[in-house]
Amino acid sequence: MVEVIDLKDIWVSYDRIPVLEAVNLAVEDKDFLAIIGPNGGGKSTLLKVILGLVRPDRGSVKLLGGNPKKTRKYVGYVPQYISSNLEFPISVWEVVLMGRLSHKGPFSSFNEEDKKAAEEALKTVNMLEFRDRQIGELSGGQKQRVFIARSLVTHPKLLILDEPSTGVDSKTQKEFYELLNRLKSKIAILMVTHDMSALSVYVDKVACLNKKLYYHNSKEISPDDLEAVYQCPVELIAHGVPHRVLKIH
Amino acid sequence: MLEILQYGFMQNALVGAILASIACGIIGVYVVVKRIVFISGGISHASFGGIGIGYYLGINPLYGLIPFSLLSAVVMGLVSKRSKVAEDTIIGILWSLGMAIGIILIYLTPGYAPDLMSYLFGNILTVPRLDIYLMFALDIVIIVLVYAFYKEFMALCFDEEFAKVAGIDVERLYLLLLCLIALTIVLLIKVVGIILIIALLTMPATLSRHYTNNLRKMMYLSIFFGALFSVVGLFLSYTFDVPSGATIILVMSTVYMLHFLYDGLKPRRIG
Repeated sequence: MVEVIDLKDIWVSYDRIPVLEAVNLAVEDKDFLAIIGPNGGGKSTLLKVILGLVRPDRGSVKLLGGNPKKTRKYVGYVPQYISSNLEFPISVWEVVLMGRLSHKGPFSSFNEEDKKAAEEALKTVNMLEFRDRQIGELSGGQKQRVFIARSLVTHPKLLILDEPSTGVDSKTQKEFYELLNRLKSKIAILMVTHDMSALSVYVDKVACLNKKLYYHNSKEISPDDLEAVYQCPVELIAHGVPHRVLKIH
Repeated sequence: MLEILQYGFMQNALVGAILASIACGIIGVYVVVKRIVFISGGISHASFGGIGIGYYLGINPLYGLIPFSLLSAVVMGLVSKRSKVAEDTIIGILWSLGMAIGIILIYLTPGYAPDLMSYLFGNILTVPRLDIYLMFALDIVIIVLVYAFYKEFMALCFDEEFAKVAGIDVERLYLLLLCLIALTIVLLIKVVGIILIIALLTMPATLSRHYTNNLRKMMYLSIFFGALFSVVGLFLSYTFDVPSGATIILVMSTVYMLHFLYDGLKPRRIG
């Protein structure tokens, strides 16, 4: 079976400073993987490598079985929402339609099919009633849902989220993870975050990244891994709920 | 008052001002929402080099201006994105370099450079019929390209990273936008001159942002504002016999400041 993401021995450095070292990662269909790690640990770079925006010095990258430059348009990508210009004169509806851009050429305008997909995506995230609002008028959690809707309009096989918990309060976060939980029955989800509390009960697998990737194809992280990643002893509070992130020790 | 419309130069001036407002209204919106005012100022000043080339070769300075401003746009876009030096530093350097080329070439051109001042400060009352046709053609080019790439430009300005992942060649599209800015500058030079262009490019667009949350409507409104202020400025400059470009900018700034004051004093809506 073809892996959704397949990274083999990836090395990346900026100005000779190593950012990623010997990273291997395989994500399968319908996996829900969270990558945690400190700021500056290479999380954004890893996402850029996966999406073909940064060329690794060494190693091979396969996204949906092919060259990421060609296949990334079949991926639903949710950038950190602060990356976009929120003062911009654009409505929720226009933001979501923008997701269909990868399937359109110049001169064409969005047709009925695009509009139907946008409407469906907005329904999935419960934001249809906000369609005419300007994007900057929404709360953090609402914006996030709109950006997820934008990534869903192409019916992707993989959803990639960059720091989705930034600027979202904890109640909204819970709703947000419930939304992801509904989505994961259909698609694979990869999320990077520096927020340890984001490792909710819904995440299936966890990897730690700080130049090197520590990943055991499971939800368990050993205290040794964490120490290696954060370079200091870290106490992880395991949430009491069904799964535990830490091995019982 | 209306008898001045009988003069041929005044008719040209009015048509020219309206043609300029069209390009300026459309492209100015992108300059404002993408916050690329500084690089636009850079392209505008650097294009003075093109005017120098025009004088030096003894051709219509506009024919030196068009290729040179396009070249400055591309060079500035590429260098500022790819170089490791801070973007604003590079733009500042190229800004002065273009002007320096222009000054040297005009100095080397034998004889007196006629209407040099009109390129620096604008003088729409001297626009010849030929330039009006050129402005019309440039407007068409700008409208067609913006129509063609409307969605793509919107994504570029709103969320560059997403646009990239969606398969858009962000760098090329950005260069195209800078080239459209260069063409708009060519159109505007006759109206307000190189030095004052930035005001004309930004003020109608910023003002229109206060009235709408829609990009397309913002363009229509800023064309309207630009045309209105230019025409009012033109009549005032004729009546009081003062330079037209500066008068247009003064009219615009006054309205903008009054609007700003009114907006600041108005009680805030709650909720």
